[in-house]
Amino acid sequence: MELIVALGIGVLTGSGVWLLLRPRTFQVIIGLSLLSYAVNLFIFSTGGLKTGQPPILPPGGEGNLLEYADPLPQALVLTAIVISFATTALFLVVLLAARGLTGTDHVDGRERER
Amino acid sequence: MTETALLLMLVALPFVGAAIAGVLPTQARLAAARLAGVVALSSLALVWAAYPTVSENEVLRTEFEWIATLGLSFKLRMDGFAWLFAGLVYGIGSLVVVYARYYMAEEDPVPRFFAFLLAFMGAMTGLVLSGNLIQIAFFWELTSLFSFLLIGYWHHTPAARDGARMALTVTATGGLCLLAGMLLLGQMAGSYDLDTVLAAGPQIRSHALYLPALVLILLGALTKSAQFPFHFWLPHAMAAPTPVSAYLHSATLVKAGVFLMARLWPVLAGTDAWFWLVGTAGLVTLVLGAYVAIFQNDLKGLLAYSTISHLGLITLLLGLNSDLAMVAAIFHVMNHATFKASLFMAAGIIDHETGTRDIRRLSGLNRTMPFTGRLALVAAAAMAGVPLLNGFISKEMFFEEALTAQAPLPAMLAALPLLAMVASAFSVAYSLRFIHGTFFGPDPVDLPRKPHEPAAWMRFPVEILVLACIMVGVLPAATIGPYLDIAARSVLGSEMPYYSLAVWHGFNLPLVMSLIALAAGTGLYLGLQNRLRNGPDGPPVIRRFEGRRIFERAMVTLSWRLARSGERVLGTRRLQPQLRSILLLALVAGGGAALARGVGPGNLAPQGVDPVIALVWLVGAACAVGAAWQAKYHRLAALILVGGVGLVVCVTFVWFSAPDLALTQLLVEIVTTVLLLLGLRWLPKRFEGVRGEAAEVVSLARRLRDLGLAVGAGLGMSGLAYLVMTRTPPDLLARHFLERAYTEGGGTNVVNVILVDFRGFDTLGEIVVLGAVALTVYALLRRFRPAPDSVEVPEQQRVQAAFDAAHPARHEGATVDDWLLVPSVVTRLLFPLIAVVAVYLLLRGHNMPGGGFAAGITASIAIILQYMIGGAQWTENQLRVLPLRWIGTGLLLAGLTGLAAWAFGRPFLTSYYAYADIPVIGRVPMSSALAFDIGVFALVVGAVVLMLIALAHQSVRGQRVEDARAARTAASEAL
Repeated sequence: MELIVALGIGVLTGSGVWLLLRPRTFQVIIGLSLLSYAVNLFIFSTGGLKTGQPPILPPGGEGNLLEYADPLPQALVLTAIVISFATTALFLVVLLAARGLTGTDHVDGRERER
Repeated sequence: MTETALLLMLVALPFVGAAIAGVLPTQARLAAARLAGVVALSSLALVWAAYPTVSENEVLRTEFEWIATLGLSFKLRMDGFAWLFAGLVYGIGSLVVVYARYYMAEEDPVPRFFAFLLAFMGAMTGLVLSGNLIQIAFFWELTSLFSFLLIGYWHHTPAARDGARMALTVTATGGLCLLAGMLLLGQMAGSYDLDTVLAAGPQIRSHALYLPALVLILLGALTKSAQFPFHFWLPHAMAAPTPVSAYLHSATLVKAGVFLMARLWPVLAGTDAWFWLVGTAGLVTLVLGAYVAIFQNDLKGLLAYSTISHLGLITLLLGLNSDLAMVAAIFHVMNHATFKASLFMAAGIIDHETGTRDIRRLSGLNRTMPFTGRLALVAAAAMAGVPLLNGFISKEMFFEEALTAQAPLPAMLAALPLLAMVASAFSVAYSLRFIHGTFFGPDPVDLPRKPHEPAAWMRFPVEILVLACIMVGVLPAATIGPYLDIAARSVLGSEMPYYSLAVWHGFNLPLVMSLIALAAGTGLYLGLQNRLRNGPDGPPVIRRFEGRRIFERAMVTLSWRLARSGERVLGTRRLQPQLRSILLLALVAGGGAALARGVGPGNLAPQGVDPVIALVWLVGAACAVGAAWQAKYHRLAALILVGGVGLVVCVTFVWFSAPDLALTQLLVEIVTTVLLLLGLRWLPKRFEGVRGEAAEVVSLARRLRDLGLAVGAGLGMSGLAYLVMTRTPPDLLARHFLERAYTEGGGTNVVNVILVDFRGFDTLGEIVVLGAVALTVYALLRRFRPAPDSVEVPEQQRVQAAFDAAHPARHEGATVDDWLLVPSVVTRLLFPLIAVVAVYLLLRGHNMPGGGFAAGITASIAIILQYMIGGAQWTENQLRVLPLRWIGTGLLLAGLTGLAAWAFGRPFLTSYYAYADIPVIGRVPMSSALAFDIGVFALVVGAVVLMLIALAHQSVRGQRVEDARAARTAASEAL
């Protein structure tokens, strides 16, 4: 199980990094999305993988780590998911505005001189 | 009045006055001057009020704890020495205010001048009263800063700007060294408290760090006091208005360096290193400054170099490691302040009334300005050390010290009195030149203004100072004696040496030296007449070694050439190399750490592989690689593939017990996809194989390198994740939250309780970020200019429009009239349903998966769906969404919920919960966290909708602009 998730994180990171290094802004946006999936999964996985033990307590009870998944990484990732949407939106708008100003969708705002 | 109040008021009054003066209207010249005068005089009265205590050799202290663990506190401390300096600051300050009131011209923004001047007074007082080393360094830099502002007061002239910049660069660099030195000193003494440090002298002097600390502190003190080789900034600071030169650059600011050396004298002095460093700097400055001063044609330039020379004298006295020399140094600080300030003021009067400061053009002013002439004569005589004036007495003491000094090198002993005499002769020569060149000789010709006496009040401060020169010169023991005594006593402690303040000590060697110097100086001046009148500006021989030019060349090299070549070699403005190096660095750091520290397998056995999740991730990996493959030419495909990855991540969250995450991920996936789809329309068309594909193919090597990086990063993250997952996670926080979620937070959904209760402040910060990003997106799009090739209507719409136009039976836009009719009806019916789901998710969030974030995105999806299916115009006709209000309301609600805790005397964001019995529904938990969550909900709705709608509106706006243009054309044709 752990191996599958770890490999998944690796593939997402690899694809994301590859796209991050590409010259077109859209590629970079897609790359950042993939990278944020990978990072969110990684943070989530630091709490350990548990099946069928969501951190939702019975009314009036106290929880422990044997019966429930670690809630802290989940809380961290939950806001990260929402924020990553916001940063994607911001980046998209910046790249659109930059393209309007410079006339190119190259990350440097101008095509490579050859 | 208590000690605390007195000390605090002394430091705070000028700053308060500065703040008030700063907001006065520009024309309020008189009000600003009166304010400054009142502040200076009342502070002077406060200083005087402290005299009874200080004269008993008591120390006034007050201390406020700041960061106790670091030994930092705000401590004010006034002993005799600090008292004397505070008196100097406010005494001369009051006189300068009076003088400046008449000096400043109509067109100058006078309130700003007085604001700076008062702030400087405050900084200087703060410096002399500081009882903590770090505090000294702080006020030190503050004096540099206000000196910068005052020199640059006439910032329309290049000389003022350059002079100000040079002064700040030199003194602030010195200040940084001083801070470093103070840190070392504090380390050696074990405390930053000045009292402790002063008591730790022997311990510090024998410490290994003594020399570095000494050098650093002296770098600060010598730059501030314009000592060789850092003296060059002071003459350029003369671009300041003359009151500033009189106050800062002769009487107070430049004395700060001397003050510091004297303050730390009990700790740092007494070693050979001190003698060599301080003594040499002082001696060279003394002689060099006096020599250069003779050849200055500018009155203020002459006075500036003379100031440098006299500061050198004081520094030399401090460097002699003798108690008597210390007394002489303090004495000369006061004497120099009185005669030099009055001379500067006189120079300012001459400049003011004649329009020039060039000694070669001035002459014979004694006939038109007799009073000013007499006053300047006396002050200049004091500067030259003529008997019966204060300068004479301190010079006698200096000669005495020069004769009896204990130098580590015997040759120094012979040279010291000789050089002292030479410098003294130089000072006689330049004093003569100042007076004779300006006030005597034939009547001046061709002056810019017709000279006349200044306003009586403008001369008043000069009169007071000159009177002081004479009083001290004639009756030293009766006038200055007691004050000098308490000041010296507080530095030297109980072992005060015997000294006699008297005009006549008998016919002794110092007197002979004085007489020789007077005669030699007069002879020198007479001999140099021709050279001074007709020769070039600046001294012979050393004119080429101008400090300013060296400084400027150094600045150009440092800030321009080095920076440029550094950027060329190390920097790039292109994004890809930057990202590449960041990634490479991360890989090297991570891999290096793993190699250096070694990584072993974890302690947990991995769980068995479930084929379903393996299959899911096979799809996920394929999607990710496919997206990476297709993102360049097939954006839509890449977008769909990324959506696939998102779903796989979502399934993973469900699988591994994170229902909240899965829910949020699913919802965010929807809005992200909509967002990127909206963006696609504005991106350039790019077809595989078209537009010079050969040019697009970058070198294989670069692609391979990037591939290597990507694979490396992927493998690294895989390994890291695997290693982390096979170890027992630290459970401290997790256990804490799991145990208290219900008992203290009143909710069973632990993740939600963490978000809205335990870590509510973090969440507040995050929704603020979300709101700020949404507003930024909105603001960026308001001025959005699409690229020219994206402006026209998309191809599909053009085809539709052409089709509609070609058929007479159809009106324009008829094709989309029936567009997705069934889904649109369904979607409209769904709107209330989705809204109810959102409210349900919000309300149950505390106990079951849901919460403000998920509910907010759900609600925004309900709205976005209407936009997608009905179009912006239709939707906005039916439903007025005001996203900005949602954002504002959400933030307010979340913030107020936090503030409400204060009303109950609890810390910010403390939550409260209880169970309420509601008829029909039953027992319902009522928690203040719910109000917070509603705030989160409202903000998320507003932010998401704002971003998406703002982007969606761009397509409509383009057409609106077209329509408006068409309408305008039609209207103009109709006319």
